[in-house]
Amino acid sequence: MSTKLPAKKTKGDDSVADGSKEFVTMTIADQLFGIPVLQVQDVLGHQRITRIPLAPPEVAGSLNLRGRIVTAIDVRLRLGLQGRPKDKPGMSIVVDLRGELYSLMVDAVGEVLSLTNEDFERNPATLDPRWREVSMGIYRLNGQLLVVLDVSRLLNFTNMEAA
Amino acid sequence: MDDLLSEFLTETAENLSVLDVELVRLEQNPNNPELLSNIFRLVHTIKGTCGFLGLPRLEKVAHASENVLGKFRDGELIVSPQAVSVILRSLDTIKGILAVLEKTEAEPVGDDTELIFFLDALAEGRDLPGGGGANYPTSVAPVAAPEPQPAVPAPAPVIEEAAPARDLTVAPPTAPAPVPEPVVNHEPPPPPPPPPSPTMGAGAGDEARDSGGGPKESAVAAQTIRVNVDLLENLMTMVSELVLTRNQLLQILRSQKDSEFAAPLQRLNHVTSELQEGVMKTRMQPIGNAWAKLPRLVRDLAHELGKKIDLQMLGADTELDRQVLELIKDPLTHMVRNSADHGLESPAERLRAGKIETGRVTLNAYHEGGHIIIEIQDDGRGLAIEKIKAKAIQNGLASEAELSSMSDQQIVQFIMKPGFSTAAKVTSVSGRGVGMDVVKTNIEKIGGTIEIKTNVGRGSTFVIKIPLTLAIVSALIVECAGERFAIPQISVIELVRAAADSEHTIERLKGTPVLRLRNRLLPLVSLRELLRLERDEEEYNEDETFIVVTQVGTYTFGIMVDKVFDTEEIVVKPVAPILRHIEMFSGNTILGDGSVIMILDPNGIATASGEIAMGADSVGKETTVAQASRQEDKMALLLFRAGDGAPKAVPLSLVARLEDVDLASIEYSNGQPVVQYRGKLMPLVPIDPGFTVRSEGRQPVLVFAEGERSMGLIVDEIVDIVEERLQVQLTADRAGMMGSAIIAGKATDVIDAGFYLTQAYKDWFGSSSTDAYEEEKLQRVLLLDDSPFFRNLLTPLLTVAGYHVTACENATDALALCEAGEDFDVIVSDIEMPGMSGFDFVQAVRRGTRWQEVPVIALSSHASPRDLDRGRQAGFTDYVAKFDRDALLYTLSQTLTEAKGAA
Repeated sequence: MSTKLPAKKTKGDDSVADGSKEFVTMTIADQLFGIPVLQVQDVLGHQRITRIPLAPPEVAGSLNLRGRIVTAIDVRLRLGLQGRPKDKPGMSIVVDLRGELYSLMVDAVGEVLSLTNEDFERNPATLDPRWREVSMGIYRLNGQLLVVLDVSRLLNFTNMEAA
Repeated sequence: MDDLLSEFLTETAENLSVLDVELVRLEQNPNNPELLSNIFRLVHTIKGTCGFLGLPRLEKVAHASENVLGKFRDGELIVSPQAVSVILRSLDTIKGILAVLEKTEAEPVGDDTELIFFLDALAEGRDLPGGGGANYPTSVAPVAAPEPQPAVPAPAPVIEEAAPARDLTVAPPTAPAPVPEPVVNHEPPPPPPPPPSPTMGAGAGDEARDSGGGPKESAVAAQTIRVNVDLLENLMTMVSELVLTRNQLLQILRSQKDSEFAAPLQRLNHVTSELQEGVMKTRMQPIGNAWAKLPRLVRDLAHELGKKIDLQMLGADTELDRQVLELIKDPLTHMVRNSADHGLESPAERLRAGKIETGRVTLNAYHEGGHIIIEIQDDGRGLAIEKIKAKAIQNGLASEAELSSMSDQQIVQFIMKPGFSTAAKVTSVSGRGVGMDVVKTNIEKIGGTIEIKTNVGRGSTFVIKIPLTLAIVSALIVECAGERFAIPQISVIELVRAAADSEHTIERLKGTPVLRLRNRLLPLVSLRELLRLERDEEEYNEDETFIVVTQVGTYTFGIMVDKVFDTEEIVVKPVAPILRHIEMFSGNTILGDGSVIMILDPNGIATASGEIAMGADSVGKETTVAQASRQEDKMALLLFRAGDGAPKAVPLSLVARLEDVDLASIEYSNGQPVVQYRGKLMPLVPIDPGFTVRSEGRQPVLVFAEGERSMGLIVDEIVDIVEERLQVQLTADRAGMMGSAIIAGKATDVIDAGFYLTQAYKDWFGSSSTDAYEEEKLQRVLLLDDSPFFRNLLTPLLTVAGYHVTACENATDALALCEAGEDFDVIVSDIEMPGMSGFDFVQAVRRGTRWQEVPVIALSSHASPRDLDRGRQAGFTDYVAKFDRDALLYTLSQTLTEAKGAA
């Protein structure tokens, strides 16, 4: 089942002017991540996924989203984390990269946050290289940190195979 | 009305309305070349079509306008408002004629000489009589009006226009014949040609059309309408969603017994399925629709050009996406026209060249490996490389130096450039250099490619490859390890159930599963292993399984799966870019139940399974009974791996030895790796020029030797030696490759040893470039040479060039063949031979044997003029230097053509 994001209707562009951006937040292994709201197409609940043999392990399979074939990426594996326990269904965020749709499988999708540039920081130099590759930077939130994911790098598998 | 005519009217009306707009734009930006060439093309199309339909008046006007536009395009004339108004005027005339044509199916009689005179004057750059543009509006009326005006009573079009459609007997006054049936192709969105008299305003035209649409529809109930493809695409998406929802509802229904929803849901189910099917169908059309008008076109063309043309159309029911079809329609027409006009020779020329009088143009469409292939083939004269070169220089596309370094293949590509035509004369049919560039643009627009193969004297083939992205294929759905896959039905031969208790059981050869099927051993591939599908706890019995017998080329194998479901029509979609490297899949699709499924690529599986077979030492015996007919032609081939891609092969007879070279012993002389070999330096040549020689370990090397010289070809691994008939199926344009053949059931690159020999010793043969010819009709060549090396080198070379070669090592043997009643089309003979020399041999042949008329070509390392004379005196037809392979091939084809002509 898919739910259209209410956030899409808010004025995402205007907010840039006053130094803040909007992000769809999600949790993976208790860590908060964010994706710029304009890149997000859909948020999905648990989906039936067709496995793709011989594909890289991060590619969980493909699914049908209203007649379009979407490639599902297990973000946990992409980030070098353990796979999600079987009993947790998880959720997905659908993003568009150069005309192709990808479904990013995460543990849970949270609210849309508007974050100010004052709270933004570059990646700490000591960050895990695998994370540094896909992170655009960090926002300091109240009580926790939010990692901004760079979708195009997250979906760039060629780098990773070399690593 | 004739389909062709009504189609022409619709098409031309569309083109004309585009032209009106474009010309006005052109007037504003006279220097926009893109605009100009677009206008030129449109007028060209109109002219071309008129010619075929036998509309001389239209054709003349269009031809004259095209001349002017051609001058614009080439920059010889400046676009001026008065020139544009003359063109616009000619368009109005065309429209007027069309309007009558639509009603009466015949061109009105009329005189356009004044208009054509103006156009010609423009084209020749003369001053216009009558002092320029200002006069035209007034002069329009007398020229264009007499015909259209009576036909189209412009001021009161609403009723009058509708009337002929409703009541067929009420024909306009000028109509010479009653209209037999109303215009079928009248579709609301793209309006039929506005039937204007030149003075009629656009507004009036629209009004007439709109109100005219109603009654016409009721008369014929317009059997076709045009719908925007985006709309169809949207519909398709919506239907898919509907299917999903239905499936969910059905799921819910299953858990609730005796629900009152059961009946309506069942109904919904059926309607949805039918809707889905219907929407899918709206997009597909057999390619035959695009071909429908070609036979007529070719017939008329043949008539006009005085040629005899046989048009063959194969695979007309291959289904294509409608949008794709629309886009390739014009290119196809252009290309068939080109083939018939430029490609095929006149009957007299054909007879002279030893061909049958009737030229053949073959259209062939089929699905192949995720693509639709359309071939347009003619057996005409082929493309004239020299002419193309000259033209390329003339047009400033390339310099002579650049051209000399290009392969024929590259040179041929020039014909795709705008404004490029090698036809000596501009006919009304083609030859203006419009066409091939349009063809290329249109095909590339839909992500396709076009390939040209040409062969002087034998014809040309254009191969259009269009991705199957939107095409529907029938696929067999199978299951393996709980996953479902689709196998394209086209490669499936049969299904076999194998179980311990049935007549078919799977046997194993050193772990490799095989199946006895009708007294043949069928190699099996386990999909589970191939796709590395893990099997968890569930127990399964591998000996009870289904086998999908699949054929790829001549290679037949079985794919082992757990279950076989139904066949389903699927729409192939390409896989995501991050998955494209997986060769096993040709795409993916969404099944009727909404689930995503991967489509297996039998080619990829064959390659992968072939590799498995190669790894185990089970090569050598091919299980298929392919080409068993010509046992005697089998040849020992050495299979090896080197560089990337397919396995490679070289005739074993060329290889002197196989060596394992210690890489540490490699030295460099003059920048080239060499090894000391039997007291001499032997140069080493890698297959792949980018290959770097490692400094440690050992490397297998194929040694080629002739006399004192030897060279080593560095390879990665020697795989096997097989006896196989060398039948090169695809010729390669890559240096060093002769082409590809199926060897031991696998596509294998056949190495051109000659190329690598010249890499080692520049003077081994003199300059060389691979010239591969398509195999056509085998002409028999007797090759007489005492050196086994040259025999072994030339035999495959000539075989690839399409000859049937018999080799002899001395003149006595050759003469024995003559006695034995063997016949040859041509003899190629060495001069210096032990025993009977080449001179003696040819004299013997000419002395009244059965072969005295057979041309004999001398092959010698001495090619001085004195030698030439001596050879001719002795009776040789021609004399070729031994190391010049191109000259040999050229001389062979020349000699054979001449011999035929004489006969």
